[in-house]
Amino acid sequence: MKAVVSVIGKDMTGILARVSQECAQQNANVLEVSQTLLQDMFAMIMLIDIEHLHMPLSDFAAHMERVGKDSGLVIHVMHEDIFHAMHKI
Amino acid sequence: MLSIHEVLETIKMIDEECLDVRTITMGISLLDCADADIGKSCEKIYDKITRLAKDLVSCGEQIEKEYGIPIINKRISVTPIAMLLAVSGGDPILYAQTLERCAREVGVNFIGGYSALVQKGFSAGDKELMLSIPEALEKTDHVCASVNVGSTKAGINMDAVKLMGEIVKESAQRTKDRDCIGAAKLVVFCNAPEDNPFMAGAFHGVGEADCVINVGVSGPGVVRAVLAKADKDLPMNEIADLIKRTAFKITRMGQLVGSLASKRLGVPFGIVDLSLAPTPEVGDSVAHILEEMGLENCGGYGTTACLAMLNDAVKKGGVMASSSVGGLSGAFIPVSEDAGMIAAAKGGHLCLEKLEAMTAVCSVGLDMIVIPGDTSSEIISGMIADEAAIGMVNSKTTAVRVIPAIGKQVGDELSFGGLLGSGPVMRVNTSSCKVMVDRGGRIPAPLQSLKN
Repeated sequence: MKAVVSVIGKDMTGILARVSQECAQQNANVLEVSQTLLQDMFAMIMLIDIEHLHMPLSDFAAHMERVGKDSGLVIHVMHEDIFHAMHKI
Repeated sequence: MLSIHEVLETIKMIDEECLDVRTITMGISLLDCADADIGKSCEKIYDKITRLAKDLVSCGEQIEKEYGIPIINKRISVTPIAMLLAVSGGDPILYAQTLERCAREVGVNFIGGYSALVQKGFSAGDKELMLSIPEALEKTDHVCASVNVGSTKAGINMDAVKLMGEIVKESAQRTKDRDCIGAAKLVVFCNAPEDNPFMAGAFHGVGEADCVINVGVSGPGVVRAVLAKADKDLPMNEIADLIKRTAFKITRMGQLVGSLASKRLGVPFGIVDLSLAPTPEVGDSVAHILEEMGLENCGGYGTTACLAMLNDAVKKGGVMASSSVGGLSGAFIPVSEDAGMIAAAKGGHLCLEKLEAMTAVCSVGLDMIVIPGDTSSEIISGMIADEAAIGMVNSKTTAVRVIPAIGKQVGDELSFGGLLGSGPVMRVNTSSCKVMVDRGGRIPAPLQSLKN
């Protein structure tokens, strides 16, 4: 099972490091990272493996949302199926 | 790998454009609960519903958290209770109270199926159930009632139409100290679908499986946002294409949630109802979609044409995205539940006559419309008959859910709160139709019914 972590916020040093560190602490393996700058906004999506996550996905999503808030970022963690259903045939 | 654009588009739809799954509705057959002893019948109903639906709410909440998709309502629909009453006899209110107990026990928002199907005539239990509706709606909070008074195949039962005018009025009267909420939980149908997941008209048809999961998707805000970005000189056919593409995406999400819920609950998946169901929230309005197409106000000339195209494009886009489409599928136009409709009605641009025309091309009918409290029951019956005629001749579902605002007049307002919203009391043509309504009998099925 995989999930998509999306991060949006003002660009600053250490965003990628911060998010990857949280993933590592919860045993989520980062499979792919894609990032871009939309004007001065930083947007990143990360595909993570959630098979061996230390906590249920719903708790991890809530945890990452809090982490985002503390750093002035908007972080969503959602099961990858929702995006495939909507965008891939 | 998904592109950043695709991921952000989905997140924006949910966060800013009010995309949600409006309801997961579990349909439960109660045919095997029928018993000649009404006490035993109620006991079997309670046991069956609380057994099958015990995990419905928690399962919905779990999917919501894992997938990040809001699932607004978890509901239950059951076999029309008039059928159980036919076997047991006795006081139908006992059934209403049992359904209410079940709803409270499993924690669903609504339970539908306090219903009777009388399009061609009354059988045992039907009239007794219909007469008990006002009391049932007064004494319960979660139970929804519906009565099917006509169909393309059977014509219109005018005795039932007359009776329902009185029942709608009494339902409002009995709950006048609670903004007449009783009438908001009662729908009078023509061509009622048997797998509709939306309230207040949901019931579990007799042709359905023992237990199924049906899903109602929504997303007027997403469609509006897409149209808002379109150039003002884009031809209508290209607008229709944009709607189709958006409806496809919304429906795929509904299909995913439905199949997940069905798998986790171990219950077969029924249908996805592809309806654009508005809420009073800003940015979640069907009226605003119509205005985005180029109307100054919903209700002005051009409204019916825009709605017809919207309704059709939603179905065309959605039907490819789901393994099984059903229910009402289309665009809803409930006045009190739609910020744009409320504004158009208050501004005098949207009147009942225009709404009636719109019901010929939308997915349901006159929905959540507040009318003056002194409107006679014959006039309400006349409205029901007109709507049923539109449904019967056009082979579509039509319905009437009007709320007589007891003690209020045009210009006043009723506020139900939550998803039911609030609505201004609308002007009603008071020219009498009493003699016609009093005739009773049946309007014969139209030629359209002879398809064999």
